[in-house]
Formats: sequence, C-alpha cells, structure tokens
Amino acid sequence: MVKRQVIGAHYGLRDWLAQRVTAVAMVVYTLLLLLALAGLPRLDFQHWKSLWELPLMRFATVLFAACLLVHAWVGVRNILMDYVKPIGLRLALHALTILALAWYGMWTVQILWGV
Amino acid sequence: MEMQSSARRRKLLKFQVFIAMRAGRGNGSGAVAARHREQYDQPESRVMSRPRPKHLDLTKIRLPVPAFVSILHRVSGAALFLFMPLLLWLWQESVASQQRFEQFRSVASHWAVKLVLIGLLWAYLHHLCAGIRHLALDLDIGTELAAARASSWIVLVAGVGLTAVVGVMVW
Repeated sequence: MVKRQVIGAHYGLRDWLAQRVTAVAMVVYTLLLLLALAGLPRLDFQHWKSLWELPLMRFATVLFAACLLVHAWVGVRNILMDYVKPIGLRLALHALTILALAWYGMWTVQILWGV
Repeated sequence: MEMQSSARRRKLLKFQVFIAMRAGRGNGSGAVAARHREQYDQPESRVMSRPRPKHLDLTKIRLPVPAFVSILHRVSGAALFLFMPLLLWLWQESVASQQRFEQFRSVASHWAVKLVLIGLLWAYLHHLCAGIRHLALDLDIGTELAAARASSWIVLVAGVGLTAVVGVMVW
C-alpha cells in the first residue's frame, strides 16, 4: 500500500481532513451556542439581539460559517460526483454550489453586523 | 478489477485490428484480423451483455442499520444545505428589529413552518450524531460488526429522540 500522509499533497486526504476538522469545530460551536442560549435570562428580542452583538459570539459564528461552507462544499460535491454523471451538468451544479455557499457566507456577515 | 482489465484487453485488441487494417496487412478478412475478431468476440463479452438477475429494486432492498444511518447522514446533509437560505432568512428577520422579530415569531409559529424546522432540527441532530460516529470509526473505534450495528441504532434513536424532546418543548 502506498504510504499517504495527511500533510502530503493531494490524495483527496486534504478534503477528508477538512471535513472532519470543520465538523469538530461545528460541534464545539453548537455546544457554545446551547450554553449561551441557556444563559439568557429570557428569550425575548432584546436578549436575543444582544447575544449576537457579543464580540465572541460574532467571531465564533463567522468561524462556524466558514467551517460550514467548507464542510458543505465537500459534502455536496461528493453527492454530485456520485449521482450526476453528465459532465456539463455536474460542472454547472458545482459552480452553482460554490456561488450559493459564497453568497451564504456574505449574507452571514451582513446579518451579524446588521448592514 | 478483472472486468476492467478484460475491457482494456479488448480495447487493445480492437486497436491492433485497426492498426493492422490501416497498414494494409489485411482488409478485415485476413488471418490476423480473423484471429483478433475471434479473440475480441470471446464468449465473455456476450455473457456481459446478457441480462442477469440484479437486485437493484430500491423497494426490495433491505438496508442493514449502518447503511440506513449512512444514507440518512447524506440525506440530512443535503436537506440542511438546501434549506440554508430559509434558515439564514429566519435568523436575519429575528435579529433585525423588534417589529421584524414579532413577524418572525408569527411566521415561525405557523404549523407548516414549525414542521419544516423540526424536520431540519432532526437533520442537524442526526447529521451530528452520525458524524460523531464516523469520527469514531475513523479512529478505529467500534468497527466490529456488532459494535457498528449497536452504534448505528444509538445514532438513529438519539437523533429521533432528541428531536422529539426539543420538538415537544417548542411546539
């Protein structure tokens, strides 16, 4: 068997690793968010809004969004490679996926900073 | 593996026939071409094209639990991706202003929206639990058949169970 190193070049291991690292980061964020929600005295608009204005929350959420985009890209690409065989259609769907994810990322930043 | 190499061999033979014909050493009826044709038309290539009983009827396939959990991991991931705009929009409305927060609440409390959101909650929880299971499998934990089946059941039940608990809380 060929010896493949995770930090070597391009065996597909990089995406595999990225998907797992981002997954762990998102689990941590999920727990953090649950803690933050549990810490709110009441779930009304004022408390809800102030939660998203905390610098830590904004930073963590942007990081979460970045992880989500990478994670979703690898996952959706795998699905498309498994089920969409015509190469042109697959390319188009890959492009759409990338554009959609980029849009979601920008949208997230926009929501967080209330532009 | 074997099929692939025999396909490659046939391709090679076809190519050799083509070269032999172009070189003028035969017009397709020569001895070389005949031998090639004979080899190319081996019974195995006819066997390959014969209809065989294949059990690919999705309604008849009974997936083992780990396979069921695995395909649900994919389905839940795809659902979360497809519904991302809805979630982002709801989040946007909920933090925009007091007035839009109230509108968000009335939209989110519609039974149909609630059903979709609880479905997505299940997708998130199942994806999370199945993902943790995958990470364990990657680390060679629980790869024995019995353990893999047991952990699949745990993932399935945890996903549905946690969704039910939260679902009842927010309904």
